[in-house]
Amino acid sequence: MTIPYAFIVPARLVHLSTVDVIIVVFYFALVLAIGFYLRGRANTGEDFFMAGREMTAWVAGLSFLSANLGALELMGWAGSAYQYGILATHWYWIGAIPAMLFLALVMMPFYYISKTHSVPGYLKLRFGEPARAVSAVSFAFMTVLMSGVNMFAMAKVMQIVLGWDINFSIWVSSLTVAVYVTLGGLRSAIFNEVLQFFLIWAGALLIPILGLYEAGGWSNLKLQIAQRASDQYVHLWSGLGSFTDNPMGINWIGIVFGLAAVISMGYWTTDFLVVQRILAAKDIRSAEMAPIIGAGFKMFVPLIVILPGLLGLAVLPIKLVPESVAAVTGAHSYNDVLPLMLARYCGPGLLGLGITALIAGFMSGMAGNVSAFTTVWTYDIYRPLINSRGTDHHYVNMGRWTTVIGVLISVGTAYLVMQFASIMDYVQALFSFFIAPLFGTVILGMLWKRATGAGGFWGLLCGTVSSVSMWAWVKADPSALRYVALSPHAKALAQDMFQALWSFLVCVIVTVLVSLATKPKTDAELTGLVYGLTPVPSVGNIPVYQKPVFWAGVVGVVFFVLNIIFW
Amino acid sequence: MVSIWFFIGVSLLVNGMLIFGAGLYEYWHPPALEGRVQLFEVHAGVWWGALMTLIGAVYCYYFKPRKNKT
Repeated sequence: MTIPYAFIVPARLVHLSTVDVIIVVFYFALVLAIGFYLRGRANTGEDFFMAGREMTAWVAGLSFLSANLGALELMGWAGSAYQYGILATHWYWIGAIPAMLFLALVMMPFYYISKTHSVPGYLKLRFGEPARAVSAVSFAFMTVLMSGVNMFAMAKVMQIVLGWDINFSIWVSSLTVAVYVTLGGLRSAIFNEVLQFFLIWAGALLIPILGLYEAGGWSNLKLQIAQRASDQYVHLWSGLGSFTDNPMGINWIGIVFGLAAVISMGYWTTDFLVVQRILAAKDIRSAEMAPIIGAGFKMFVPLIVILPGLLGLAVLPIKLVPESVAAVTGAHSYNDVLPLMLARYCGPGLLGLGITALIAGFMSGMAGNVSAFTTVWTYDIYRPLINSRGTDHHYVNMGRWTTVIGVLISVGTAYLVMQFASIMDYVQALFSFFIAPLFGTVILGMLWKRATGAGGFWGLLCGTVSSVSMWAWVKADPSALRYVALSPHAKALAQDMFQALWSFLVCVIVTVLVSLATKPKTDAELTGLVYGLTPVPSVGNIPVYQKPVFWAGVVGVVFFVLNIIFW
Repeated sequence: MVSIWFFIGVSLLVNGMLIFGAGLYEYWHPPALEGRVQLFEVHAGVWWGALMTLIGAVYCYYFKPRKNKT
């Protein structure tokens, strides 16, 4: 590589003009207006926590995707694309699309017809109170912590990019989210997420368009990346034969079995933050179509996330460095690539829209966390464990107060992270501990009628403990990574994949063994909860091109073709 | 109830007009060379703003209140 190392960070990355500020202020005014407009439509529990279960497939599907499309996700994966090349696309394609289609066609009917308010609620119906308690408490705890970590990280980004005061960013964004979710509940969160989805695309899509124009098209871009980095930066699969043939230090087993079969399945099918949006769909067809619509758009998110990272490799005149190096040298880190590309192409107005897209991404992620936390706290912790005799009105009020308290806890976490930066790494690692075992528990519960309450509880607990143990083992002795990831050449990302795979297997094995040793539930008790004992509701007598399975097939074919093209 | 798509139309329309206006201003009053973004000469603000305005206007018209769509 011939690009020189650079540079001391300027006081701020970009300067907003008057029109940029107007666009940002208009965004805040509009989301608050939506919250105030919807305040009269959140009076019952169904309205406040489930948006009245009246969302169309498009609204639920775009909200489902938007809740995941946070600003840190955008900037983090653009940075990963700069660091690892097109391999980062796996997190958007094989690490998302099969799981979203599986959720739509296999799991959604069970969530929907059980009329549960939450994923822990399904565990209660299927496995009993202990499994729900473990899942609900861990989810609620981690959700507000993650929200606080993201809040701090976003405020930090705004400080670096715009020179904004951290306190100002934290309080303005969190209070705005608190107001519109408290007023309008899940419906308000969903409406704003759909709005944010459009703003994110409108603000970010210009970067790949102008970037490809500057680079001279995709073929020229590949040539430039090959010259400046390596040919392997533009291949999805051909370098995954061994840990040493690709910049990520991972192999195909980790991607296919760790990422696609466990982590992605766990996240997209059991993380209540995203599943809650689908549960608000108005009927079974909408509930099945929503994840398929989300998958269709998810396939194209790399255009606004991965491609800017790759373009940064080719067209930026400076070399970006890891965060740890940037902190010492003052150079720009990998994570700055998206704002740098934004500043490179966007003049007055467009810059404001791009910044609004980042803020919108952050707020949609935070609103998702807060609304999911509120529902799980009220329905899965407060009602069963603290006060089971409240009226519907009482639980709605509890939901409103929980929204405010959840935001305040998130703010507190953000300030805690400000004092002790290492907390951020721990919290992000902690979150990953729960996803893989939870997927094992839920999927066995849905597909295997012999799974018992004791099996579900102990499987979930042992899977989670094994995940924590492997993480602590590698933390204490980094050389242990060779055992967890099965290779001395494995790098950090490979650890996540294999750790998830092993904890999932531990969960499944423990669940099966304990279930076989304990008394099964009767078929009558499992009707509506388990495959084979439940008449799956039909989407109705509609033309084939309106059926979810048809569109799942279309998305599946496009997914397959894209992987071949970028092999 | 006012449709969510109407709110999106308003957002695209207002932002589009602001960006279009800012793009036109830069077209007629170009900044100094050192203050220009890359590919300044393609005037992205003008056509991107115009496109957003058009899409926003279509959404606002089609989903205007009292059409009873979610």
